[in-house]
Amino acid sequence: MAHISEAGVKKIREICDRYASEKTPLMMILSDIQNEYGYIPLEVQQIVSEKTGISVADIYGVVTFYSFFSLEPKGKYVIGCCLGTACYVKGAQQVIDKFSEILGVKPGETTADGLFTIDALRCIGACGIAPAVTINGKVYPKMTVDAVAGVVEEYLAKEGK
Amino acid sequence: MAKVNIKIEGVSYQVESGLTILEAAKACGYEIPSLCAFNHGECSQGSCRVCLVEVKGARGLVASCVYPVNEGMEIIISSPKATEARRASVELLLSNHNINCQQCDKNGKCELLHVASVTGAREGRYQGTKTPVTVDELTPAIIRDTSKCILCGRCVARCQNAHGMGILGFENRGFKTIVAPAENRSFLNSPCIQCGQCVSVCPTGALMEKSEIAKVDAAFKAGKHVVVQTAPAVRAALGEEFGMPVGTAVTGKMVAALKRLGFHKVYDTNFAADLTIMEEGTELLGRIQNGGKLPMITSCSPGWINYAEYNYGDLLPHLSSCKSPHQMQGAILKSYYAEKKGIDPRDIFVVSIMPCTAKKDEKERDQLQVNGLRDVDAVLTTRELAKMIKRAGILFTRLPDEEFDQDLMGDYTGAGVIFGVTGGVMEAALRTVYFVLTGKEHEAIKFEQVRGFEGIREASLDINGMTVNVAIAHGMKNAKVLLDDIRAGKSKYHFIEIMGCPGGCIAGGGQPIVRSCFLPHEDDDILDTYKEKRAQALYSEDARQTLRQSHKNPQVQKLYDEFLGQPNSHKAHELLHTHYQARIGFND
Repeated sequence: MAHISEAGVKKIREICDRYASEKTPLMMILSDIQNEYGYIPLEVQQIVSEKTGISVADIYGVVTFYSFFSLEPKGKYVIGCCLGTACYVKGAQQVIDKFSEILGVKPGETTADGLFTIDALRCIGACGIAPAVTINGKVYPKMTVDAVAGVVEEYLAKEGK
Repeated sequence: MAKVNIKIEGVSYQVESGLTILEAAKACGYEIPSLCAFNHGECSQGSCRVCLVEVKGARGLVASCVYPVNEGMEIIISSPKATEARRASVELLLSNHNINCQQCDKNGKCELLHVASVTGAREGRYQGTKTPVTVDELTPAIIRDTSKCILCGRCVARCQNAHGMGILGFENRGFKTIVAPAENRSFLNSPCIQCGQCVSVCPTGALMEKSEIAKVDAAFKAGKHVVVQTAPAVRAALGEEFGMPVGTAVTGKMVAALKRLGFHKVYDTNFAADLTIMEEGTELLGRIQNGGKLPMITSCSPGWINYAEYNYGDLLPHLSSCKSPHQMQGAILKSYYAEKKGIDPRDIFVVSIMPCTAKKDEKERDQLQVNGLRDVDAVLTTRELAKMIKRAGILFTRLPDEEFDQDLMGDYTGAGVIFGVTGGVMEAALRTVYFVLTGKEHEAIKFEQVRGFEGIREASLDINGMTVNVAIAHGMKNAKVLLDDIRAGKSKYHFIEIMGCPGGCIAGGGQPIVRSCFLPHEDDDILDTYKEKRAQALYSEDARQTLRQSHKNPQVQKLYDEFLGQPNSHKAHELLHTHYQARIGFND
């Protein structure tokens, strides 16, 4: 089991304390941790459990239920491909497959260099611009299979690769 | 309580407001099939959809287990729409179920099979993908097989309610959902205490004890000298497996059955319960008189020991160093008994019949062996014993009453009998401690203050001018309150009894499953009353005994005279005491 630094433990406890007065603080705590660290491993869940009294199994259940939360570290750039109904009929599956092919990882996985994670998302509410892709909050509307390579290049160039 | 007027199948009834349709229907004489609903809303997911009924004016069918009754409600259980929906719900559950009922240990007590039969579910109605399966067989105590799980959530609720722990939870989403410890770990690599409460509420064979019947068979085959001992709580519940009323004490028939099963010696763990009191009582007095660690906490319940080692490593010095009674009995069988009988201890195979799954785990502890020999070789639950009896074709109810073997370790007192119920160890200890401190018997013998089923009970006794404060907790949720007080330095007690399962061993994880659908002759509220009935069986046996204090057990006295010397002697420590070790719950 990975070891969390003392400062890390302190930080997680601090995040828990932010919501001490909330009746149901778990989602907020986990959101903050996800944003702060990019993932929520079991060791972190144990600290949250100790602080909140919510069982580890319950916390783990919430983390694995919502696709926003992650158990593994995510890449620097998180490529979210919407696979909701509208995007799907407009060819989103082919788009996500192309990302997988170029980056060599499946949806939910992260590239070995830690740069990219591909996430399959359910409807993100952007049906008007289907198929929609988001990368760290930036939206790529009406994606096509042919445009995928260029988008990846854009980020590789940023990294000087 | 306010009443509301409802109609079921067109007939008018008046029922208490606030009830669910399921509960109200039961009160009016209707049994709506259900699975996930359990024990007054202990579990009420409303997720299995087996209890669907029609309510006039409602949109679609409603899940009767979560839908409250209200004034003027008209409920229809028997309409084609409702019966077909219930049948389809069960058929859908079956479509993702590993249907190998013949081999399933739950065969005969499976609620899924029961509702399938009631609703008329057809075989193979829906075919499709099945959820990936996990079978966890790593612990000595409990097997979790997700291929049998219907995601009702009862085990999740029970783990939380009994212990405040929540080892089990729902994981993942949609079709991939499973009930498991975090990360779908084995119970072995999580802080599970293996008490088996989850097993006792599971409607199917998804959670079962790990059977050791084959081990016992092998021992007979290998020509071992097979000695069996039975825990006090077993006699209070075994009869239920053979259709006898809940709360029937079947001591004599149980002994008769064990003899017919070929066990070479049939002893009562009560003998060792008396021995435990001698050791534990002496230890307590020693701690009080010599300024030892107080409060001292009992150590009979292996579920509780597991909990302490996982969660309160700093408080382990408070635990009595006494082994649990069946381990003591095993150690004495392989030393004193072996010597007396001239049998090589290596040829003795000790089987414990226990109301407990955690005892299966306990017997594997490294600390519980003497000279490389395990104190106990196999642990069978009350349910497994019933299976062995049925397998042998023994008609249990027709058996005569027979007596435990009387040589060497046949005596037992009433104090030993009540070990099986919460408060019992405390009462047994008080009877003896009172005598040791005052030199006379407590006039009442009964210590009513420590009886009952309140989660935490306490009492203060004046013994020879000294006030002894005691407390009792059962279920780890309750124990935690007392333990946190000790940790905070606020505990005023001298002696605390803790049992892992709510109610004590009589409601242990290895006891017969209590469900009204399988107990047609019991009252509807049997789930509320069975603990009391089983406890009563033990208290009655105690009251019938001529000897009711452990220190009066003649064979225990003889054991000290001939073999052990004094309680807490060097030899007693070697054989009857143990130690504990803090452990990490989520270990890899």
